[in-house]
Amino acid sequence: MEKNVVYIALFAALVAALGLTPRIYLGFGVPITVQTVGVMLCGSMLGAKRGALAMLLFLLVMSAGLPVVAGGLGGLGMFVSVTGGFLVGWPFAAFVTGLIVEKWRGPSLAVVATIASMVGGILVMYVFGVIGMSIVLEKTLLESTLLVLAFVPGDIVKAVVAGTLTAAIYKARPASVLSRAN
Amino acid sequence: MISLSSPVETRAHRWPAGVKLALLSVTTLGLFLTNNPLFHAVILLAVITLYALPGKVFFLSGCRHLRILAPFIVILMLWHGLSDDLAYGATITMRLVSAVSMANLLTMTTRLTDMMEVVRFLARPLRRLGLNPRVLELSMALVIRMTPTLVSRGKTLSQAWRARSNRRSGWRIILPFTVLALDDADHVAQALRARGGLIDMEDE
Repeated sequence: MEKNVVYIALFAALVAALGLTPRIYLGFGVPITVQTVGVMLCGSMLGAKRGALAMLLFLLVMSAGLPVVAGGLGGLGMFVSVTGGFLVGWPFAAFVTGLIVEKWRGPSLAVVATIASMVGGILVMYVFGVIGMSIVLEKTLLESTLLVLAFVPGDIVKAVVAGTLTAAIYKARPASVLSRAN
Repeated sequence: MISLSSPVETRAHRWPAGVKLALLSVTTLGLFLTNNPLFHAVILLAVITLYALPGKVFFLSGCRHLRILAPFIVILMLWHGLSDDLAYGATITMRLVSAVSMANLLTMTTRLTDMMEVVRFLARPLRRLGLNPRVLELSMALVIRMTPTLVSRGKTLSQAWRARSNRRSGWRIILPFTVLALDDADHVAQALRARGGLIDMEDE
């Protein structure tokens, strides 16, 4: 019980801490935040349920008015902003990522966690993000998808980082990878 | 970690947070129900007035929170400028700015302790599902406490790297950083258990 609660809080804090790191610019000038690596890790490390809870906790702390989103942002305004859909998608992204890592025991953990991060941390998150953008900006789903497409290459790199990291942590601290703890 | 609440004390600080939250939900919903440009212009003007009332410092710090919207406003204006329906683009922009500013207004005029009170109230029905509101509050406090600790852990690691190499540490410190964080978490969990644990945590 204590370990679960502390780990959930730790990963919420990890995502917040990643938001404080400086922005990285991709080759073609698109800024990326490493915060979504944290979302992927949350799922792949904690598993479906705890991963989703950690992200809900993060959103709660953000809603309470703490600047935990990349760029020193926070507060309830984040939900109605253009990228609000992505934030709403974080718990679902972590859940799906965690579910795949929990259930799929075939290939090596690095491969499973990378693919899980792509499905959860990119596909699921973008579904929520694109729907959010199309509501706020009043654009069709296709038009909104075009607006965010430039971020996909960066996110694929992030999924590989999250997958590799999960496998490396599993070697160093097997008991800490709760998605594979049983 | 510094909260986003305003440096200036306003009259709205004394209003109950729950009332402000309910008001915000209703007005935000209202914004999405109509596409009348005049309506959105009036609302935006009202929001600007609300920001201007407490004075210059408050107004400027409110504007600073809106900076993230700038690239999207440019995209919207270009998009609708090219497709020749600038009025529609302006409506969407006004609604976006009003919605975000109103929510920021609540964040700026509500103290963290008052927000926690709302969380406590909203979490009450969750007790039926087996969630002790005390555990929720403890986890929020843990997040707030652990975030700066993690940041300073990261800084220490990258300094240690730089002391030994003339290149930047980059991704190489990510693994040791995460392992250190997990060990910290294990210690915190142990400490909590040693102090009686969370199972029998007093409810109210």
